[in-house]
Amino acid sequence: MQMTWREIVTAIHGMLFGGFFLMACFGVLVLLHRSFGARGNSEVTDQGRRRERIFLIVMVMLGWAAVLSGAYIVYPWYRAAVPPGVTNLELYPQRLLMSDPHTAGWHTLGMEWKEHVAWMAPMLMTMVAWVMMKYEDAGEEHRRLRAMVSGFALAAFLAGGVAAEFGAWINKKAPVTGGPVITLSQDGK
Amino acid sequence: MSSPREAVANGAAGAAVLAAGLGCFALGLLAVAGDGSKAVARLLTFYRPTGPLSGVSTIAILLWLAAWIAGNRLWRGKTVAIGKVSGVAFVLLALGLLLTFPPFEDLLLGK
Repeated sequence: MQMTWREIVTAIHGMLFGGFFLMACFGVLVLLHRSFGARGNSEVTDQGRRRERIFLIVMVMLGWAAVLSGAYIVYPWYRAAVPPGVTNLELYPQRLLMSDPHTAGWHTLGMEWKEHVAWMAPMLMTMVAWVMMKYEDAGEEHRRLRAMVSGFALAAFLAGGVAAEFGAWINKKAPVTGGPVITLSQDGK
Repeated sequence: MSSPREAVANGAAGAAVLAAGLGCFALGLLAVAGDGSKAVARLLTFYRPTGPLSGVSTIAILLWLAAWIAGNRLWRGKTVAIGKVSGVAFVLLALGLLLTFPPFEDLLLGK
């Protein structure tokens, strides 16, 4: 069982950072939804608040890790220029997709949308997390603000979802691959 | 020690929400600008392997943070019409989302 270095990094970008970020976004939506029916945040213990803060900070870090690793590590592999004379496009996913009219849309629609919309998710969730932490003691105002930011959290979840969904499909159609081969386990074991 | 009124002043939240909306709108606008002009795309290429996306995202993030810091200085400790502020921010976010959608971008650029 083997994977290339680029496949491992792509998996870390998409499945670890991106996937866990999206799950955490969903968790925030649940938290916000629950608070609609609660009065302030008084029923949460100090330890609960501390855990909530850690959860929010980790979520924000995962979001930024996903977009930064995507834009500065994986995306350059995806959009690498094909050297003259090279006809095998396996290591050039963007060129591979664009070489066939049946797959070009995965780049012209999918990647072109994903590469930009993805940045909105951590930007919005940073704001949502900050508001949730800043106003956790503000009683009724806290409830109103949580209701307000829930719309932005939903938008962030959808933006992140678009990016993740297209990322997964694009990597299925034209996988980012190459680099040193890493053996995870010997065949048959 | 802050008064009870100051404790629930929502200006800082308003600044954060509005700045996020502005950041998303800036991202969409820069994405269209980079896609519509090769000269702009070159200017936005801060890091060659990533291409214009490096400039689009960096400038949008800097604008977002600058707007947040400025708004926070202006509104911190104050009470703002949070409904209106978040409404404006949501319109900016919606426009930003629309501008990043390639078919709309192509329509706008006459492609």
